Amino acid sequence: MLDLLAEVSISGSLGSIGYGLAAIGPGIGIGIIFGNGVQAIARQPEAYGVIRQNMLLGFALAEALALLGFVAPFVFGA
Amino acid sequence: MIGARVPMAEIEPGCHFQSGCGFPAPDASIFEIEPYFGQITKPVVLLLLGSVLIMAFFLAAFGKPKLIPGKLQSVGEMGYLFIRDGISREVIGKDGDRFVPLLFTIFFFVWIGNLWGIIPGAQFPVNSRFAFPVGLAIMVWCIYMYLGVRHQGPIKFFTNMMFPPGMPKPIYVILAPIELISNVIVRPVTLAIRLFANMFAGHLLLTVFTVAAFYLASPNIIGILGSATSFVMTVIMTAFEALIQALQAYIFTLLTAVYIAGSLHAEH
Repeated sequence: MLDLLAEVSISGSLGSIGYGLAAIGPGIGIGIIFGNGVQAIARQPEAYGVIRQNMLLGFALAEALALLGFVAPFVFGA
Repeated sequence: MIGARVPMAEIEPGCHFQSGCGFPAPDASIFEIEPYFGQITKPVVLLLLGSVLIMAFFLAAFGKPKLIPGKLQSVGEMGYLFIRDGISREVIGKDGDRFVPLLFTIFFFVWIGNLWGIIPGAQFPVNSRFAFPVGLAIMVWCIYMYLGVRHQGPIKFFTNMMFPPGMPKPIYVILAPIELISNVIVRPVTLAIRLFANMFAGHLLLTVFTVAAFYLASPNIIGILGSATSFVMTVIMTAFEALIQALQAYIFTLLTAVYIAGSLHAEH
């Protein structure tokens, strides 16, 4: 099995695969953040300002992980 | 990095689809622009121009303030109230009013720096060069560390940071170092990388679609359809980029306010 795996040579960019993996978690996280944010606004439209602000804050923190995955190939790949 | 490709610098004028020329995928080299002279590069010029534009605008808006604001003053006041009421008072509270000038400057400085990315003729987001966001992040780091030491005392600041109340005692063995690293190192690093990577990725995306529209323009059905689609995508992505640029400037300012608020008042 290991011999077989060793013979399969993968060509192309590992960086893009790494970015794909790095995007899974933040993708789910951002979905949850905005999903729940929209739900909260629907339930309590008068709290729109506070909810939107915290929504964007959570979005920024989750998104940073995906962006690290995006930058890493450029930094370490060259 | 992505397979065999033609470097951006070597694109032939007649490099089109089905003319024996591979797709010249843009890479990080599109961000390396020759300096005009000495150390003066395009981002530096755009940054200075942007600063001058902001100063000119707000001098025109607030230079001679009137009780009944004119058009320009109304726009300026909208921007000011957006920062004061939307960010400063929501996050820091009433005593955050003295930080409004700082937040206001950061917001518009970052925004104009990003905005150069979609302004025809300039089309280079200043913050896609890593040094600029790093400089801003270092400034923010110095401010919130200083404020924390000043308002909570040097020892209290770090103990408050490392030991957030309301946890079972053994958890602190793991939590304390994580909190310290997250507050002192991860915060400024992510602050810089978030702004940089968004602008970098956005500019790269726009370049990919623009180059694709040029590359696919050839007299066959795939070429025509592909080229038209790429061109439309360029327009759509430019609009999307305008949204992202404003959002990133907002997030940068918001996070600065959050960090300042955390330094002023310890978490309870």
